[in-house]
Amino acid sequence: MNVSQVVFVILSAIVLVGAVGVVTNRNLFRSALLLVLSFVGIAGFYILLEAEFLAMVQLLVYVGAISILIIFAVMLSRRMMAPDFKAQNEQWLGGLLTAVVLFAILAFILLRVSWPAMPAPVPDNTIERLGQALVSPDQFVLIFEVSSVLLLVALVGAVVVARQR
Amino acid sequence: MQVPLSWYLIVAAALFCIGLYGALSRRNAIAILMGVELMLNAVNVNLLAFWRHVETPAGTLTGQVFAITVITVAAAEVAVGLALIIAVYRNRHTVDVEDVDLMKL
Repeated sequence: MNVSQVVFVILSAIVLVGAVGVVTNRNLFRSALLLVLSFVGIAGFYILLEAEFLAMVQLLVYVGAISILIIFAVMLSRRMMAPDFKAQNEQWLGGLLTAVVLFAILAFILLRVSWPAMPAPVPDNTIERLGQALVSPDQFVLIFEVSSVLLLVALVGAVVVARQR
Repeated sequence: MQVPLSWYLIVAAALFCIGLYGALSRRNAIAILMGVELMLNAVNVNLLAFWRHVETPAGTLTGQVFAITVITVAAAEVAVGLALIIAVYRNRHTVDVEDVDLMKL
């Protein structure tokens, strides 16, 4: 194993242990903190994939904004910490079975396909080209504009829904 | 030198299944939202892994733009979802999805 593969294994361990903690921990606040750990590990994946801009976006949006929002919501609805409260519903066994079967099917398929092996090196000006692609009319400007409208709608919608009447 | 594509896909599949289990089995609505976030992140890892291994020789950036779009939609989804949870908590004093059955026959 070379260096990047060792780093990948360590990052995978961080991400998966964090994710298992998120879905099994009874204390919701600890779940949110483990979610942060998982997100940071995924940002490490992006750096390993040489998508540095996406790694920064992951840190800013997921670790910086979404996790904080979730922690705020946990603190605003705090009555769930009662010691006799069950974290799982009664269909958790079916959910576990579904997840395990789905993973078995996916792993079976993924290990049978031969994937392209050695990727070409990423060009140096990837971030520059990404910025141009997002605003050039023959590429992704429509997605860019629709995203901005979506964010505006979500902003107004969240304020309207959560406002005290 | 590089990490094989299949490793990323396996880890992303495991992450997706963990998130699926969380979304299916938790009672707290915020915990369900966390499971959905894990699933979205697994999809993003897949998108970027395919971008790196399949799309880089062509020089296009569709995978990265798609991942940015997914992150945007996830941010909007979390904002609206948590606002809904706060509104439900304010009206019914619970975030347990089993107690929120006003629209159930």
